[in-house]
Parts: sequence; C-alpha cells; structure tokens
Amino acid sequence: MSAARHVMSVTVRDRPGVLVRIAGLFARRGFNIESLSVAQSEEPGVSRTTFVVNGEDSVLEQVQKQLQKLIDVIKVIDHSQAKFVDRELMLIKVAVRTPEDRVEIRQIAQDFRARIVDVARHALVFEVTGDEGKMNAFIAQMRDFGIVELIRTGRVALPRSESDPERLPSVRSRAA
Amino acid sequence: MKGAEALLKALERHGVDTVFGHPGGAILPVYDALYDSPIKHVLVRHEQAGAHAADAYYRASGRVGVCFATSGPGATNLVTGLATAQMDSSAVVAVTGNVATSLIGTDAFQEADVYGITAPVTKHNYLVKNVDDIPRVVAEAFHIASTGRPGPVLIDLPKDVQQAEFHGSFDVEIDLPGYRPTLTGHAKQVRKAAEAVRAARRPVMMVGGGGQVASEEVMAFARKKGIPVITTLMGIGAYPAGERQALRMPGMHGTVTANRAITHCDLILGAGLRFDDRVTGKISRFAPNATVVHVDIDPAEISKLVKAHVPVVGDLREVLPRLADALDRLEIDDWWEQLEEWKGMYPERYKTTQPLVSQEVIQLLHQATGGECVVTTEVGQHQMFAARLFPTKRPRTFITSGGLGTMGFGLPAAIGAAFARPGEQVVLIAGDGSVQMNIQELATLYKHQLPVVVAILNNGVLGMVRQWQEMFSAKRYSEIYLADSNPDFAKLAEAYGLDGYNVFDRETAAEVVPRALAKGKPAVINFFVYEAEKVFPMIPAGAGVDEMIVGDQEPDDAPAPDPSEVPA
Repeated sequence: MSAARHVMSVTVRDRPGVLVRIAGLFARRGFNIESLSVAQSEEPGVSRTTFVVNGEDSVLEQVQKQLQKLIDVIKVIDHSQAKFVDRELMLIKVAVRTPEDRVEIRQIAQDFRARIVDVARHALVFEVTGDEGKMNAFIAQMRDFGIVELIRTGRVALPRSESDPERLPSVRSRAA
Repeated sequence: MKGAEALLKALERHGVDTVFGHPGGAILPVYDALYDSPIKHVLVRHEQAGAHAADAYYRASGRVGVCFATSGPGATNLVTGLATAQMDSSAVVAVTGNVATSLIGTDAFQEADVYGITAPVTKHNYLVKNVDDIPRVVAEAFHIASTGRPGPVLIDLPKDVQQAEFHGSFDVEIDLPGYRPTLTGHAKQVRKAAEAVRAARRPVMMVGGGGQVASEEVMAFARKKGIPVITTLMGIGAYPAGERQALRMPGMHGTVTANRAITHCDLILGAGLRFDDRVTGKISRFAPNATVVHVDIDPAEISKLVKAHVPVVGDLREVLPRLADALDRLEIDDWWEQLEEWKGMYPERYKTTQPLVSQEVIQLLHQATGGECVVTTEVGQHQMFAARLFPTKRPRTFITSGGLGTMGFGLPAAIGAAFARPGEQVVLIAGDGSVQMNIQELATLYKHQLPVVVAILNNGVLGMVRQWQEMFSAKRYSEIYLADSNPDFAKLAEAYGLDGYNVFDRETAAEVVPRALAKGKPAVINFFVYEAEKVFPMIPAGAGVDEMIVGDQEPDDAPAPDPSEVPA
C-alpha cells in the first residue's frame, strides 16, 4: 500500500448542509483533508469541490465510496487516475522594511508573475496563481523579507480536455 | 390544507397505516391533523422506543417503519434508534417537529440542531423550509429509505411549515441525480464469481442481513448447489438453521463448525453482509486460505475490511439466480464429510445446574412455540444464547440489534414486530439489565394487548460484562451487580396490568411457558437463572477465528490451518 496525495473532484447538489455532510464523513472515518475548495460549477444548482487528501490507496478507495454514498454527491473523480490540470491562488502580504527590499521583492514577484494587489508603506500584497510548487517557491523566497500573513485557496482541478468534439456540450447560438 | 395534513396525506400515499410516536410542542400541528387521519398512531412512552418499534416494524414486514417525535429532547431521544437502524440497514422514516423557522438558531425552547445531529446516523435527512416541498421530500425519503441498502431517513419539519397553507401537488417526481443504487450485478463479475466457486473444493456461503430480503434466492441457490451455509446474526432465518447444509452462526460466539469452516475453507461466497469485526475476529487470521467473492448492494462494504478477490455489486435477488444458472451442483463430498464430523463433535451443549440456566429456558420457549414465532432480543448473553438456541425458520423473524448492540431495543422491537405481523406470537428474550432500558413500554404492550411474551433471563448481573470481567479482568467485577436492586418483575408487570410470573425452577418453567403462550396476550415471565453462566464458544476480542475458546477456558484443539492437511 502506498500513501500518496490524491486530488479529487466531487460534484455536489447545492443543498444546505452538504459540506457539513462531507466534512463530517471525513472526520468520522478518520480521513485527513489537506485542502478543500468549493464553488459553483457550470451547471446551476451544482457545485464542484476539489479535495486534496492524503492516504493509502485502500483508504482513498473508501473515501471515494463513502462520498459516493452521500445522496447529494453526484460524482466523485479521483484525478490521480487520469490527466488533469490544477491551479491554486494565493494572497500573500510581505513586509517591506527598506526601499532596497521593495525593489528586490518586486523583482522576484515579477519573475513569478505575481501581481501586486495592494501597496502600503510597510507591506505589499501579491496575488499568485499556479501549481503548488510555484506557491511554495514563492513563499520560500518571501520568508527572507518577512511574511505578514498569507492565504491559499487550496487546489482546484479539472480533467484535461476531451479530444472528441462529439462529447463537447451543446451551446446557445452565438450569432446573437 | 395545512402542511401537517399534507404530511399525513403524503404518508398515506406511501401506504403508511401505522406510526409510532410521542407528541410535543413543536409537532402539535401534526398531532392535531392526526386526530382526523385514518393513520393509526401508537403512543410509545419514550421516543427511543418509537424509533426501535418503527425499525422492527420494517424488519418484521419489509414495509417502511415510521416514527414521530417533537423537537429538541424528543428528537435527540430518537438518535439511538436511528443509529441502530442505520447499522442494521433498516428502512425507517422519522419525522420530527422543530421550532419555527424564524426561531431556528436562536436556542429557542426545545430547540436542537436535529438536522446536524442526525446526519451521521441516517442514510439521509431533510430540513423542510417550504411547505410545498413536503410531498417531494416524503417521496424521496421513502425511496431512499427502502431502496438500495435500506436505512433511516429523517424529516425535520419546523412548526410554521406544519402550519403553513399547502398549495403544492402530491404528484411529485423524485429528483435524486446522486442516488442510483446498482441492482444488477456486472455480467463479467458474475462470470468471475461463478468461475471462482466452480474451482473451489471447500467453499462456504456466508449470508448476512441482506439475506432477509433474498431468502428465497439464498435457499434456492444453496440447495441447488449443495454449498454449506453460514448465517450471521443478522442473517438468521434467511436460511433455515435446521437444514442439513446450515453451519449456523460464525464469529465471536459462533458455532465451532462455522468458525472452523471459515478457517479451512478455500472460498467464501459472501452474500449481503459486511464482515463485521464480531464476525471476522482478527482480520489477518480470517479465512487465510480463501478466495473471497463478495456480493453486496453497497459498494462501500466491498473490500472495506476483508479484501474481496471477486466483488459483485448488486441485489442478491438479481445476482444469486444468475450465479446459480452459471454453475452446476458442487462436487464437494470430502468437504462435507469434514464438516459433518465437526458438527458431530460439537453439538450445542450446556450443563444444567441448579438453579436454571438461560439456555434451557430458551430451548423451552423454542419447543413451546415450535420456533414458529417472531423473536426479538435485547443485547447481551441472552442475545447470543437466543441466536444459538432459538434460530427461527423464516426470514424477518429474528429481530435483534446486531451492529450497534443497543440494550433497550428488544421490548419496543417486540411491539413494532407485533404491529407488523398481526396474529403472530412474539417472544422477547431479554436480560434483567437491558429490559430495564425501555421498561416503560410495558404500558404500550398493555394498551394494545399485543401477543408478546417477555422472557426475562434474570441472572442478577450484567451477564456479558460479567463474563468479560471474569475472563479478561481477573474477576474484578466492576458495576455489574443488579440483583440487590432489581424490581420484582412479576409485580412490576402486574402494576402495568400484565400477567407476571416469577419462575425459580425448571418444573415451574416447563409449566408456565406454555400456559403464558396459550393466553395469546402480553405477559412477563421472570426466570431466575444461574448468575455465572458464560457464552461459549468464544473468540476473545482481537483474536483470530482459529483461536476460539470452546468451553470454559478450554482451547479449541483444532490444528492451525494448513492447506496441505485439510481435505482437498
């Protein structure tokens, strides 16, 4: 049995309490969630959540089956079984002590394509998106200057695109 | 029409004619509507009993059991009953009142977060905020409770929703995109299962609670194929214990033959069971030589504890006949010879001492009814003795709390079963400890004059706890003694208006049992039995199935399993 990180997408019906059910299930069965993000999907009334869960394959199989048992859960996908793209968003507030620091921080941020979203006399807030490695590298760089606070959304993921045009969803006429 | 009436009408449309419940402030509108409703309401004396009665109503009949309770304490009292039903896959719909929506979240009088509290102990639950949703929610609740792997569903109905004017329709469509139980076994898996069974030389079939709904298919399969059948505690009655092929109960207090068969078999065909730890013992020592074919309707049970080599997700009623078609009768005479030898070596036995022992009382009840009755039990030693010595012949007639092991289940379950199967004798086998956990239901028994005989095996102690303390805690008996403060159960019965008997010896027992049964009305028989009797065989918790203690600390002398030595 190998312990590995799994990225899972769960589509759920937008019902009150559905997150409590999922969180309760994880807690009750002793599964550890590393990150979790939830928001509306392309379909009204349906939310897509992305979990990063750590555990042995057998444990993950149980997670998946138990999630699938929840009535409001529509679909569970373990992305480790196929190719997927994933991103994370981070807001990070970095201390600026000297004008030299300011220049250097901005230079590093540029290399990371981090956007400045707030400027203050003694701090800068950056928005960084990307994969986990990029987040961690940026955090490591900023530690030298002093991180005031940061927040990360946790990973969001989608399977890579279908190559079959037949399987694309129908669209409303674009002529109008 | 108000929401409360809409609820009752929706229940009627699902064939509900009996509801177990207890009123209170937040569910008053429903009880007001009940006043004019054809639905029969059975007033229990504690909400927990209402949930157990509804649970047993389903188990005894296959019809969804329904219970009502008020908000707050009424609803929290249901929780044990819901958890019991959830663990044993019983279809229950519970309706609770709640404080008005404007008060929810304000710590109002008799408010509790029932939706949150019951989510982990139900298959699904609802908090209804719009009165017009009632018919859809009821339809979904019945659908979810009774299909796939059955389970309890709770509907929480705030008081203002019960009182609101209903403008909806009763012709509703169920919309559950996330709920599609797999009923049909995958053809490839069924084929693989057939191959595995065909290749086996020492196969056993293990039937659990799922067998209660598929008893005909289980029997047809087993008889046609000649496979030995083990029935778990939840599977009792799914295959008649008296049949030659029955090896009976496995696990902690199972038969020697069943447990040896597990250790020595080369294939387990698991049917509608979840390989509970009381069945498997230490997993690494469970059926070490067996290929496991696991047929269950709940995919989450497959390979949860015991790894299934051939999983088949589906309804037994659908899968077993197809599996039977794919197989000839099994040629396993050598295996049968071995099993018969074990059966002969280890018949059910116990020593009759003075005073009475529990086992002989149960056998007396078994003989007096011919096994043709519904048995319910409480939880403890008497439950295991009943499973061993009072196996019923038909499905849905041995009703016991297996998974949760709920003391206090048996008496309300007897009431629920009596309503589910009118005209049938019900026997409750109870201990003096657990019967007191819902003893107030003697009033319900009296009121409805149900044909329930309550047999209390009164050993004056919490027997199972005593047994563990004797065997595993160096006889440090801690808080098990009841005899010094037990009531006089016969007098207690009389106080409730019931016939009550105290029985001290076997002559009286032999005389009282048939007499009480013949009356066809409720009675309590209090049998004073030997305090220190223990349930054997026993697999100590955490030990392997092959580490069974057969008699009083006498180890099973069977050799450790060696595939080269057992008959091939």
